[in-house]
Amino acid sequence: MLRFLVKRLLSAILVLLAVSVLSFLMFFALPRDPVTAMCPKNCDAQRLERVRQELGLSDPLYQQYVGYMKGIFVGRDLNSAQGGHCDAPCLGYSYVNSEPVTHTLTRVLPVTLSIVIPAAVLWFGLGVGLGMTSALRRGTLLDRLAIGFSLTGASLQLYFVGAVLLLVFSYTLHVVPVPHYTSILVDPLRWADGLVLAWVTLAFLFCAIYARLSRAQMVETLSEDFVRTARAKGLPRSTVYGRHALRAAITPLITIAGMDVGAALGGTVVTETTFGLQGLGRTAWDAVREGDLPTIMATVLIAAVFIVVANIVVDVLYAAIDPRVRLR
Amino acid sequence: MTPRQRRPEPDPDDSGAATPDGDSKATGDSQTTGDSRPAPLLAVEGLTRHFVARRGPRTHSIVRAVDGIDFDVRPGETLGLVGESGCGKTTTGRMLVRLLEPTSGRISFDGQDITHLRGRALRPLRRQLQIIFQDPYSSLNPRHTVGEIVAIPLRVNGVRPPGGITRRVRDLLEIVGLNPEHYNRYPHEFSGGQRQRVGIARALALRPKLIVADEPVSALDVSIQAQVVNLLRQLQRDLGLAFLFIAHDLAVVRHFSHRVAVMYLGRIVEIGARDDIYRNPQHPYTRALLSAVPDVARIGAPPARIRLTGDVSSSLEAESGCRFRGRCWKAQDLCATREPALAHRDGGAQLTACHFPESGPPR
Amino acid sequence: MSLSNADDIALSEISATGPQPPLPKAGLVGRSPGQQAWARLRRDRVATVSGAVLILFVVVALAAPLIQRLYGVGPQQQFQDALDGLGMPLGYAGGITGGHWFGLEPGLGRDIFIRMVYGLRTSLVIAVAAAVITTLIGVAAGVLAGYLGGWVGAVIGWVTDFALAMPFLVVALALVPTVTLRFYGPRQAEPAVFRAGLLIVVFAVFGWTGAARLVRGQIVSLREREFVEAARASGVGLGHMLFRQLLPNTWAPILVSFSLAVPSYVTGEAVLSFLGIGIVDPTPDFGAMIYRSIDYLQTDPTYVFFPGVTIFLLVLAFNLFGDSLRDALDPKSSR
Repeated sequence: MLRFLVKRLLSAILVLLAVSVLSFLMFFALPRDPVTAMCPKNCDAQRLERVRQELGLSDPLYQQYVGYMKGIFVGRDLNSAQGGHCDAPCLGYSYVNSEPVTHTLTRVLPVTLSIVIPAAVLWFGLGVGLGMTSALRRGTLLDRLAIGFSLTGASLQLYFVGAVLLLVFSYTLHVVPVPHYTSILVDPLRWADGLVLAWVTLAFLFCAIYARLSRAQMVETLSEDFVRTARAKGLPRSTVYGRHALRAAITPLITIAGMDVGAALGGTVVTETTFGLQGLGRTAWDAVREGDLPTIMATVLIAAVFIVVANIVVDVLYAAIDPRVRLR
Repeated sequence: MTPRQRRPEPDPDDSGAATPDGDSKATGDSQTTGDSRPAPLLAVEGLTRHFVARRGPRTHSIVRAVDGIDFDVRPGETLGLVGESGCGKTTTGRMLVRLLEPTSGRISFDGQDITHLRGRALRPLRRQLQIIFQDPYSSLNPRHTVGEIVAIPLRVNGVRPPGGITRRVRDLLEIVGLNPEHYNRYPHEFSGGQRQRVGIARALALRPKLIVADEPVSALDVSIQAQVVNLLRQLQRDLGLAFLFIAHDLAVVRHFSHRVAVMYLGRIVEIGARDDIYRNPQHPYTRALLSAVPDVARIGAPPARIRLTGDVSSSLEAESGCRFRGRCWKAQDLCATREPALAHRDGGAQLTACHFPESGPPR
Repeated sequence: MSLSNADDIALSEISATGPQPPLPKAGLVGRSPGQQAWARLRRDRVATVSGAVLILFVVVALAAPLIQRLYGVGPQQQFQDALDGLGMPLGYAGGITGGHWFGLEPGLGRDIFIRMVYGLRTSLVIAVAAAVITTLIGVAAGVLAGYLGGWVGAVIGWVTDFALAMPFLVVALALVPTVTLRFYGPRQAEPAVFRAGLLIVVFAVFGWTGAARLVRGQIVSLREREFVEAARASGVGLGHMLFRQLLPNTWAPILVSFSLAVPSYVTGEAVLSFLGIGIVDPTPDFGAMIYRSIDYLQTDPTYVFFPGVTIFLLVLAFNLFGDSLRDALDPKSSR
């Protein structure tokens, strides 16, 4: 198990390193001048030149990269215009936001977490529950309804559903407020109230996909020999379905869920844009529009970290559930 | 277990008198005398294949699937290779047709060393040495018609038979007893026995001199087994083919082979002419195997079956001494220290690897 | 060693051994697994209906210029006189009239129907091209990783992990404007074809991993089958092994994944348009249309309705067809 974990971690670190190198090259080496990009307004030629010097942009590329990576792990000294010393997870300074990127991230990250985690719990619970139930009651009205629901949901667009829900429930019926973010530490009720529409939208669409997947998985598992054997040796129906079949059917779903959650944490760009919530995804979008390179770079890295970590968590969970995986 | 239909001989006890077919008698006789035999078609010396099995971060052990075996096959003869599952007989077959790389040892075919031939150099060999697989369901590509399946060896080896490939494929299908008009059908439209015939036609396509038949009938219904074995015998007689016939079923091997080799945990423990092995088995393992073959003549008689106790001792660890000693009722201290060599024992005509061989007809 | 004189002997021996089981069907040409799947698909009503809807969509997209001629209105034509002072279409339901079946766009006053017809064309071309390219890359990578294994497999597996770790939307957001700037400077207008090509490339870079994993898994399990060893024993080369032995056995899952990839690229392209990096106006495009229409949800719901419902139907038809295809190709896993 330990060996498996170490191997997995090493490969993950390698992947992250590659992501950082590639995105660094992509954003800093491409011909769009980073300085003009970082200082779009009120920058005369003289100031631009000074910024260039201060940022060390005339240094060779690899030196810039090493400096950047050093900033992440041990911190680095930026010039006074950028607020002087920048502490350990230093992702650079954004001229657009006039603050270190780390500050921006600590502000927007809780928003994304608050959107994704409750929504993921909702969609996984509802989706798998619905899928399993309809797999066990194949051919009934409930099953047909579930199939119809999941097909509809899987074919709908997030921004479309979000816009319609927003129009109906917020603007017309005034059932829920226009989405906004309040920290859960300040006021949990307002927190939930402001995000419920986003949760419902995400949960509805993803739940449909998970219902589809888990129904297919469960139907396949139920036809396997071990389920028949368990039934044949007289185990109660609930034990067979609840313990044996569910456990086998749910493992692939956990993998998919882990990857989805990882990807979603990296930025629910569409959700955040639709509902006007300032999370990681929206921040990335804004940064792209304003050419805020340090922020773009940071959001890409953070998103990659989320994806990679989610993958590791899934692999470890998987190995814990299914010992055969460890041998690979 | 063992079907009556498979054995045309009226009485298995008496089968020494009733040889499977006429010409095998001559071959069989010449084998026992040794020197007068023709030069071997296939000669195997010290053939070994080890697999590395990982068990943990640092511990990995070596499975000696095949551990130094020697035998040869003469033109036109059948060598039966028997043993229980896991004894290395399939690995041996795969190495002979070079689907697996031997760890060490030497394989020569028609006097040529083929142990480490690769790529293009292997081509001419492929034409002379073919294989029939065990599972007729997985050995045929479900996306190809049987015509294509049989034609592929011809196409990829650039064989241009007179009258064209199609003509030849039809002939081959006919030879193995299939309707040549079924050229355009797919494997899933055939029964297991028919599929195995297709596999045989594919092996015959290049007119090989030797065919490795890896348990060709063990996946088939007993009634079909007899048909397929008869077909193989027919082909041997008509085409002068040599076979390495791998099986775990001693009744089938007896029916088809001129000589027999018994394998146990990667080693040959007894090898010799068929009648010597079946009438006077010397190795305790061979005797145990033979006693397990059900026999109508013994119905009602007190059970004479030798029951082996213990498990197949794992070949994972390198052992000293005789590999069979853990399950052998005759084992003594000597067996734990010295591994018995394959040699003539107690005046037997065959070679036996046992310090304390038995003799006499099997019980 | 002639075979011919053995024929009659062999035959007589065989016929003596007993009657052969009858073949399932009369007729001398067998039905390939593909033909069987096709027959199953044609019996499936969901497949027939969704397939017909898809064909209709494709025909409409291909026949766009013809439809324009019959309809009498072009995609760039503006009908400002049919809009009120605020730029909203006059009349009921977003300006639906006999001349404008789905009404007019607020603002520019372009005809929604003909723009949808042309937009369908743009979307389908991008989605199908992206699906074809990702499938090709994925199959190539998956086959090599699966059959060769070893370090080739390890490298491909690692590249897959890497591609999966890149956050698609954020990278696409950052990449598309940067690349466009590199080729066409800030003030130069880029041709629509360039943007479409760029989107296809972005999808290709990120999208091939799914197909690669799928095919790799298939090949790894096929590699153990005896027919692969049989082919090797016949002396076939690598090309024959991959293209004639292995790939024909994987096309069923590949086809299914392709049929499900197309709608995902249709919606993916719409998402990119929604985020402002998709196809740029005035080129008609489905995603861009929906993106602009969302702003008029309250004031002109018809504008949202037609593109929204159409893209829903398109994706639904693809999903239904993909499911039916899966059932037809692998009858065991269905219902």
